[in-house]
Amino acid sequence: MGLGKEFSKGILRENPLFRLTLGMCPSLAITTSVNNALGMGVAFTSVLLASNMAISALRKIIPESIRIPCYIVIIAAFVTVTEMLMQAYMPELFESLGIFIPLIVVNCIILGRAEAFASKNTVLPSFLDGLGMGIGYTLALVIVSTFREVLGAGTFLGYPLFADSVPSALIMILPPGGFITLGCVLAFLNLMQNRKMAKRNRVTQLRMKQQAAQQISSN
Amino acid sequence: MREMLFIIIGAVLINNIILAQFLGVCPFLGVSKKLSSAIGMGVAVTFVLTLASLITWLVQICILNRLHIEYLQTIAFILVIASLVQFVEMVMRKKTPDLYQSLGVYLPLITTNCAVLGVAIINIQKSYTFMQTFANSLGNALGFTLALVLFAGIRERLEEADVPQSLKGMPIALITAALMSIAFLGFSGLL
Repeated sequence: MGLGKEFSKGILRENPLFRLTLGMCPSLAITTSVNNALGMGVAFTSVLLASNMAISALRKIIPESIRIPCYIVIIAAFVTVTEMLMQAYMPELFESLGIFIPLIVVNCIILGRAEAFASKNTVLPSFLDGLGMGIGYTLALVIVSTFREVLGAGTFLGYPLFADSVPSALIMILPPGGFITLGCVLAFLNLMQNRKMAKRNRVTQLRMKQQAAQQISSN
Repeated sequence: MREMLFIIIGAVLINNIILAQFLGVCPFLGVSKKLSSAIGMGVAVTFVLTLASLITWLVQICILNRLHIEYLQTIAFILVIASLVQFVEMVMRKKTPDLYQSLGVYLPLITTNCAVLGVAIINIQKSYTFMQTFANSLGNALGFTLALVLFAGIRERLEEADVPQSLKGMPIALITAALMSIAFLGFSGLL
């Protein structure tokens, strides 16, 4: 598998949120505005990049039997660094993301990538894997939050989109809105995939029929 | 006593940990296909969450605050929780093999359950006392169990329902959770 593929698989084919349905908690809680989603995506991507690289560099030193605690300590250290940097340079964002910054530690995607990828590969592929997965996750967060912010608050990145007379659906930025939006996006992706599969099946069936017809005519 | 009761009711119904605060959504969606496993997971989480909150509270007050190393909170808490889960698993296997048989599989999953770490951090952020911490974590754990068990009951029924092809599995589960969340919004005027 090429290096480009390591990078691109996280964005669509193995998108952590939409395809693997990992890391659901922040994707429901902080997607009330696009701004928050971008901030969370950046924090998440930087932790994932750093932990993937550190774990792949240390993969021969970490003993097999206590690898999970080792990974958790490495990840927690990077989360603390990110937390302190955000508190210092982006205090507003830090406030609005609140408890979900320290909770990046227990995000299953990061531990999952450490176990499934970084512990078996060298630093460069692990870096690309982390970057792809991070961008894929950020993209998913932005898609979910766009629906919620536009429908729930009538704004995009804080700019009002509609006239004041247009009422906004408050439910979309309340907790139920998170579940509804993610459910609908996942259903849409399933629908697309089912159609693609059906089309592929039809094409193969057609091809088989043609082959059969050719065989009969040549006989 | 009255105040503790308010904290517990608030945590179970009004600020439900899953449906309003979005902590612990992964096990909520992952372990809710069967009612029996949902009950097992609920009991295991209730036990570990309450114990972990009390221990992390003590760690914060007695060690981190004393030495002025509050910035190590995340690392310290996750280590406490991970080792506590391991310890509970070992004790259970030795002392109550029957209970271990039924709950054992859920224990390793609890380490990466964000509800446990989340509640531990919230208790510190709200500067609760020891008893308030106990009430809040017990309430949150009961709220988790309540939501999980109700959801598993609904999902068992959904298995037999005729759901459109593209909504099968995760999408319909999420939309069901949204309806439950709307129902729980109704409790918001309770206190």
